[in-house]
Amino acid sequence: MKTELTVNGRTHVVEIEPRTTLLDVLRDGLGLTATHAGCEHGVCGACTVLVDGEAVRSCLILGVQADGLDIRTVEGLTSGDGTLDIVQDAFCETHGLQCGYCTSGMILAAHALLRVNATPDEEDIREAISGNICRCTGYQQIVEAIALAAERMRTSNVLGAGEVVK
Amino acid sequence: MKPVQFDYVRPRTVEDACGILAGDMDARVLAGGQTLVPMLAMRLSRPSVLVDITRIEALRGITLTDDTVEIGAVTRQAAALASEVIRDEVPLLAKALRHVGHPPTRSRGTVGGSVAHGDPSAEIPLVMTVLGAGIVFTDDDGEEEAFEPADFFIGPMLTSAPMGGLLSRLVFSRRGSAPTGTGFREIASRRSDYAFASAGAQVVLKADGTCAEALLGIGSVGDTPVAVDVAGLSGTRLTDRDIRGAVAEALEDLETVDDLHATARYRKRAAARLAELALTEARDDALEQAG
Repeated sequence: MKTELTVNGRTHVVEIEPRTTLLDVLRDGLGLTATHAGCEHGVCGACTVLVDGEAVRSCLILGVQADGLDIRTVEGLTSGDGTLDIVQDAFCETHGLQCGYCTSGMILAAHALLRVNATPDEEDIREAISGNICRCTGYQQIVEAIALAAERMRTSNVLGAGEVVK
Repeated sequence: MKPVQFDYVRPRTVEDACGILAGDMDARVLAGGQTLVPMLAMRLSRPSVLVDITRIEALRGITLTDDTVEIGAVTRQAAALASEVIRDEVPLLAKALRHVGHPPTRSRGTVGGSVAHGDPSAEIPLVMTVLGAGIVFTDDDGEEEAFEPADFFIGPMLTSAPMGGLLSRLVFSRRGSAPTGTGFREIASRRSDYAFASAGAQVVLKADGTCAEALLGIGSVGDTPVAVDVAGLSGTRLTDRDIRGAVAEALEDLETVDDLHATARYRKRAAARLAELALTEARDDALEQAG
């Protein structure tokens, strides 16, 4: 089925079998492998992407359902020259990742939160990542990373909170 | 984790959607997909065609009428949670929505999808059962049929949805001007996971501070959410003792089920405690409004 997907600002017209999830379209069809395939049935959150700015599990939306929607993945957070974005940088600084499998989902869940809440407290942060499983960190450093990213966005003279995902 | 092959259609009107559903026994409605897509992945569901109803504009949105709040079936759970109309007019639903899934499932999951699926541990069906809200189906002739929750939820993931009909909207009564307190409690193995037991309560106070109406429902412990009769609380001051007594009496015959997660006995005990907590929370909420 012919489907128009806008991924990280670029529009692709792709032929998708209806049963293919957005996750598989991104990874196998478009070669965007920063989005990770975890449980593939909506439990772990590793495949989280942004759809129209909101966190969504890409294994729980069929590619054909995403027709015309605005999709963001980790590849779209920065310009591609190797610079980390403000949330990725905060994850490095606070040791918010170990194996890295959950990280792309965590980072996009954090972006979804920071788009609408510039001053999240710990409860807000834990709620925002409550659908994402991490088996390494024990979550504490992830919560610290998101709090640090929020603080840097607030005090940054480059990016205002909520303007990060362009 | 790959579903079987199926066709996919995205009708723009209720009539078109109903036409497809009526013509094919194996057609399934796809709304937010937060339960259906995992079932497809595990091949528990093998539809011939998925009818995606999320772009039917007539099914979306929250409407305030003189005495009701109507929620279109494909209204996202996240939109309902953010709605001031629901917060002000159906406060029990607003409270329960915070427990429905996680932010990334509420962003896609729909209010109607949760009702149509009929999971006994789902929060929205429990709220509908407590409040006696209406469930409206539309068929391909545009005819509407309304169901009461007690007649609609008939078993685990089993409803009396009419063949070829489409769940179009949910109808809640608006709260009155008298102090109306609500309480919602559930217990699960982790936040927002499937609950082992859940309780929703709403109380309305008279001007003299006594109870005019008390409603209670229990979910997650049996085949369907159930409304529990605590009318005996009317006229009392809803002391902790009144509430304990009413809950103990009302839940005496509550049927609970065993599974891997919890025994029937545990569920019964948990339901009683959660019911007390929900009613206490509702009372305190109402007293605060009464000042």
